[in-house]
Amino acid sequence: MKKVEAIIRKSKFSSVKKALHEVGVNFFSYWDVTGLGNEKEGHVYRGVSYSTSDIQRRYLSIVVNDDFEDVTIKAILSAGSTGDVGDGKIFVSQVDEVYRIRTGEKGGNTLK
Amino acid sequence: MHTGFAFLEIGLTRQKNTINILFKNIFIITVGLLLYYMIGFNLMYPGDFNGFIGSIVPGISPPENGMTAEYADGGYTWWTDFLFQGMFAATAATIVSGAVAERMKIGAFMIFTVVYLGFVYPIAGSWQWGGGFLSSLTIGDAEGFYDFAGSTLVHSVGGWAALVAVYLLGARIGKFYNGTSQAIPGHNIPLATAGVLILWLGWFGFNGGSVLSANPEATSLTLVTTCLAAAAGGVVAMITSTILYKNLDLTMFLNGILGGLVGITAGADQMSPEDAILIGAIAGALIVFAVSLVDKIKLDDPVGAIAVHLICGVWGTLAVGLFGAKAGVDQFLVQLIGVLCYAVFCIATSFLIIFALKKTIGIRVSEREELEGLDAHEHQMDAYPDFRLNEH
Repeated sequence: MKKVEAIIRKSKFSSVKKALHEVGVNFFSYWDVTGLGNEKEGHVYRGVSYSTSDIQRRYLSIVVNDDFEDVTIKAILSAGSTGDVGDGKIFVSQVDEVYRIRTGEKGGNTLK
Repeated sequence: MHTGFAFLEIGLTRQKNTINILFKNIFIITVGLLLYYMIGFNLMYPGDFNGFIGSIVPGISPPENGMTAEYADGGYTWWTDFLFQGMFAATAATIVSGAVAERMKIGAFMIFTVVYLGFVYPIAGSWQWGGGFLSSLTIGDAEGFYDFAGSTLVHSVGGWAALVAVYLLGARIGKFYNGTSQAIPGHNIPLATAGVLILWLGWFGFNGGSVLSANPEATSLTLVTTCLAAAAGGVVAMITSTILYKNLDLTMFLNGILGGLVGITAGADQMSPEDAILIGAIAGALIVFAVSLVDKIKLDDPVGAIAVHLICGVWGTLAVGLFGAKAGVDQFLVQLIGVLCYAVFCIATSFLIIFALKKTIGIRVSEREELEGLDAHEHQMDAYPDFRLNEH
């Protein structure tokens, strides 16, 4: 089992969510994050220009069976991209075990 | 007026100081009215007096004809007069509140307000509205200084004190870095917008009411000039700031409306609609340059009170000598002398009060209190306990 974590633009969240549903990934968690990066947002307030490097993004955490790894990543790559700097990152890692709390069962079936 | 000022001030400052600003505004309106009852009204309207300082007569009691049609030519009663003027008094101190926001000790502010509102504002007001020396100052054809509804008597009086207070207080931490001005964005622009629109409505009361009778022609003309100057001020400030800074800054748009309102206030009943639009438009342009000038000379005025109330107050007062029914060289000179008299008196008195406070109890909160917010330290309260969004 794999954990696919993605940091994406908030504006791309609905298209990424739709793309994930289309390839059969229906369960995942997400939350809003603030981070630092290369992208600077320019602002002007009362005649004073300033830029902030605080970047608002959405963080997705998806745990899938190994055979879903590729389609999940492809869905995010295609639906989350604008081509501009700041589209985000995907991290993939190994998950040792998964338990379903209601029944106590474990393994890949709990993700279906 | 006070709803508007409170909204504008909290909107253009950070959330950690919201309770503090609301507290100051509530303090001003409540204590201001009581002070005006105790000493202000009689000090400002002393009847026959030496023209410079009236006498302190505690409390108010109506004169014999105070409730009849004889008082004020039947326009209103003594009670109405007190209430109307009391609201003006409370407005003058509110101007200072915004300028010193986010760093002044609440205790020092309260003492300053009591002294300034209790004594300085009524004495300054008596020079003109109380029948003092400025109201009878005659140069050539011009008979008397003219300030219809307070460009100088209310707005500049508050504005000069704001200037002095900001100078003695120093800038907020982080406002100037390596000699350049930094942006400290306000936390609630919708509230600031609501505040300005409420102030606009409040101005109808102040300017319209200053006709001091229900004379339909004079009152409706005043409302028209007030409205047009506000609109012109906003539009020109918007255009000027867009040209200078290449962005559509809503806060400048809002300040421009207020600048137009302050500008028209001195001569609202003397102007044609075209004059009003010109006065408002010039005020709107002045605002944008004044905000940047205040920044350049390293003064930190979070809400633009100096630009709006002082610069546009002076402009509006001088404009009476340039536009409208009273325009002329003589009137301009009288207006200029009036502006200078108020400048000297207000700068001197506010400097004395605030400097004395600085040397005794101190006027500025500690660095830690400023960084963590005045709400937490001066009030032990939180304006938005369920929405802790930012650490700063």
